[in-house]
Amino acid sequence: MPEVQIRKRVLLVEEIFHEGGPVALKPHRRAAALAVIRNPYAGGYVEKIEGFMDDLKPLGLEMARSLVAALGGDPKVVEGYGKGAIVGSAGEIEHGALWHAPGGYAMRDVLGGAKAIVASTKKVGGPGARLDIPITHINASYVRSHFDAMEVGIADAPRADEILLALVMTTGARVHARVGGLKASEIKGEDGLR
Amino acid sequence: MKAERNIKAKIRKIATFVEETSTEMGRRVDPPTRRAAAVAVIENPYAGKYVEDLSELMAIGEELGELLTQRAVAALGIEGPSAESYGKAAAVGENGELEHAAAILHPKLGTPVRRVLGKGAALIPSSKKRGGLGVVLDIPLGHKDAAFVRSHFDGMEVRISDAPRANEIMVAIAVTDSGRPLARVGGLSKDQIKGEDGLR
Repeated sequence: MPEVQIRKRVLLVEEIFHEGGPVALKPHRRAAALAVIRNPYAGGYVEKIEGFMDDLKPLGLEMARSLVAALGGDPKVVEGYGKGAIVGSAGEIEHGALWHAPGGYAMRDVLGGAKAIVASTKKVGGPGARLDIPITHINASYVRSHFDAMEVGIADAPRADEILLALVMTTGARVHARVGGLKASEIKGEDGLR
Repeated sequence: MKAERNIKAKIRKIATFVEETSTEMGRRVDPPTRRAAAVAVIENPYAGKYVEDLSELMAIGEELGELLTQRAVAALGIEGPSAESYGKAAAVGENGELEHAAAILHPKLGTPVRRVLGKGAALIPSSKKRGGLGVVLDIPLGHKDAAFVRSHFDGMEVRISDAPRANEIMVAIAVTDSGRPLARVGGLSKDQIKGEDGLR
């Protein structure tokens, strides 16, 4: 099994006080953990790649824990999440798909069994490519106030033979959420949707 | 958090970035190099008009010098005096002037930065620009006590996709606990610093 070689990590935390409306009693916080790893399959077509998902599990857990720590250390404050990957130019989009299971389940574990599917996106791109990571409520995908996205990117990554992996967590609704729909207070939290 | 609400600057958001580099060209960087930037997005009180006296922005610069340096140091998880290099930058939204960035960065911001970091004999390298949402700020970095330390000449790119709006200013401070990864182009090294004149 290929070893996971990390070149760099980036942690980004945003604290949003207002967006032209009333200043929030508790600022809305969003955090992104990024890791730039070597793509063991760069440069050629490899048929069997699934095994790398297991190799990525410890990194996923570590990144998920770093997000909880960046948001204050208590997993209970986390209400939204998302994930994504940017594959360098010598790789294929399928390599980004390797992140779905280890990235998603790591966050659900660390958050104590979150129920909703982890929203995700991915692409192939060069250094400095930006990725808009979709965010949804951790227990009910339809909670409208928690639909959000966070743009991430690193100036010097991913290089051609690298993959940039990203996880995102947030502490709640958009800062001035007011377009109705299912509220976080109304969710049943059984099917991961409502 | 309370203190932030009492300050003059009207802050819309604060973003902090931490980068840790552990390999470069397949070679381990041990210990990893680490750097952090704290960026505030504030309302520009002078947007859209020419104002002669920029003292309000100078006072805001003083507040942000303390707040952002504390944030950057906390993000690295170090004590202020352990910081090795620093830099600052500002991006003014389209309804402001470059001089607004200068008013924040140059007259009063440096003193609290140095207070938090314990020393800081060297000039704080800076850059500024006017730009729209998502503009890239390249914050120059130099050793905090001796500007000629070659291993610590660097730059850190930051950007926030939704800032600065036309009437806003983005203000950034970057702090590191190390120089470049695998620095090897000679020059003055950090163990040779006298640290008196801010240069060597």
